[in-house]
Amino acid sequence: MKLEEVPQDEAFLIEGKIRDVCYVVDKDGHYTQALSKGWSPKNEAMRLAWDLVYEEAEAIRIQVLDGKLSPIAFYMKINVMDEHILATYMNVPRRKVRKHLTMKHFRKLSDDMLARYAEVLNITPAELVDVERIRTIAFTHED
Amino acid sequence: MKIDFQHHQAAHCENGVASNLLGFYGIRLSEPMIFGIGSGFFFTHMAFYKLNGMYVTSFRIWPGLIFKRATRRLGIKVNRRKFKSPDKAMQELDTLLERGIPVGMLVGVFHLPYFPKEFRFHFNAHNLTVFGKEDGKYLISDPVMEHVETMTYEELKRVRFAQGTYPPKGRMYWIESVPQAVNVVPAIWQGIRKTATDMLTIPLPMFGIKGIRYLARRMRKWPKRLGEKEAALNLSQVIRMLEEIGTGGAGFRFIYAAFLQESAALLNKPELNTLSAEMTAIGDAWRNFAWHAARCFKNRDRGETTYDTLASMLEGIADREEILFRELRQFKP
Repeated sequence: MKLEEVPQDEAFLIEGKIRDVCYVVDKDGHYTQALSKGWSPKNEAMRLAWDLVYEEAEAIRIQVLDGKLSPIAFYMKINVMDEHILATYMNVPRRKVRKHLTMKHFRKLSDDMLARYAEVLNITPAELVDVERIRTIAFTHED
Repeated sequence: MKIDFQHHQAAHCENGVASNLLGFYGIRLSEPMIFGIGSGFFFTHMAFYKLNGMYVTSFRIWPGLIFKRATRRLGIKVNRRKFKSPDKAMQELDTLLERGIPVGMLVGVFHLPYFPKEFRFHFNAHNLTVFGKEDGKYLISDPVMEHVETMTYEELKRVRFAQGTYPPKGRMYWIESVPQAVNVVPAIWQGIRKTATDMLTIPLPMFGIKGIRYLARRMRKWPKRLGEKEAALNLSQVIRMLEEIGTGGAGFRFIYAAFLQESAALLNKPELNTLSAEMTAIGDAWRNFAWHAARCFKNRDRGETTYDTLASMLEGIADREEILFRELRQFKP
C-alpha cells in the first residue's frame, strides 16, 4: 500500500475515535507509518457482526416479552456474551446460567443472585427485573 | 508517581508493548523489527475451533509468543507472574511501579473504558503497559491508542481479571535485565528462519501456506455447507482478522515487508529489498481480496464475486507467499 492510498473511510461506528497505524510505502519506496480512520471493507465486516447481535437480540426481546425467556438472556446478548462467558463471570456452572435464562427460573432467583447478574451485565438490579425496560431499548450504531 | 516512559502508538498491541518496554531500557527497535525478530508472521485457519460461533483465522502466531521469542533472541531477561487474587495482583503491580519499573500486562478488551463500544468484544489477549499512578489513576500506555490513557483501580482490576475464553488472570510481565550490548543481527536471522520454516514445513493442513490453501478449499464449500448467511458471517470474520485494529494492514503482511526492508540495511543484504517489495505486493493482493470479499458478503454484486473466485484469489496469494518464503529460507548470513 502506498502512502497516498491510505484509506480514510470514516467508520459510522467509530467516528474517528481510534485511528489505526498502517505501514505504507512512501514515494521513494521506504516504509513509514500512517494513520487511517478506517477502511470500508472492515467497517462493513464489523457492521455485519453487530447487525447479527442486534438481530438475535430482537428475537430474544420478543420471547422475553412473551414471558418465555428471562431478561438475563436479553442483556447477555447485548453484552455480546454467551452462556460460557456469563457463567465464568458469575462463577456458577453453565447449566445454572442456562436455567436462569428462562422466565420460570428467573422469577425464583434470590436478590443476591439478581444483584450479581446485574453487576456483570452493567445494569442495576431494578433495571434487570424491569421487563418493560427491554421494550424501550433501541439498537443504534452511534452511541 | 510517574515513570519517565515514552508512549509510541503501534499497529499491534504486543509488538507495541515490547517496543515501548525495550525503548525504556535504551534498546530502540521499531515495531516491525520486534515483529520480525519474534517471528510474528504466520497463517492459520482452525476449522476445528470456534470462537463466538465462527471459525478462527489468524494471520499471526499465538498471543504472547512474539514478546517471548523477541526477548529471548535478544538476550533479555523477563519476569512473569499470574495471580489468583485480584487484590494481590494490584498490590504487586503497585510495588513494581514504586520501584520505577514499567509493567506490561494482559487484559480483556470488553471493559476497557477508553475503547469505542464497537470494538468491545470478549477478547482476552490485549496487551498494554502501566507506567505510573497519578491522582489515584493508573497511567496506561496502550499501543493501539494515539495518546496515554488512564484507568482507575477498579477499572484496571476488572480488565485484568476479565473472564471467558483464556482469562488473563492478572498476568503481568516486566523486564528484569538487559545485556550491555544487544546484538540484533543474529536475532534477525533466527527470526527469519523460524518464520520461513513455520510457513513451509508444518505437516498439518491448517498452518502456514498450506493453511491458506486449506481455507480456500473450505471457502468454496461454505455457501453449500453453511448456507448463505453463515458463509457471509464467516467471510466477514476473515476480513476482520485481516484488517481490523492491530494488523498494520493486510494481516501483518505490510509490517513484515517493513521488517524485511529494515533488515536489508542492517544485514547488508540488498536482495532482501526485492523480497520486501514482493511482500508489499502480496499485501496489496490480500487487500484486493478483502475488497472483493466485502462486496460478496454484502451481496452487492451477486454472481460476479463468488466464494469460488475468492478462493482462487487465496490460492494465488498462497503460491506467491510460498515462492517468497522458499527464497527467504535459502538466505544465509
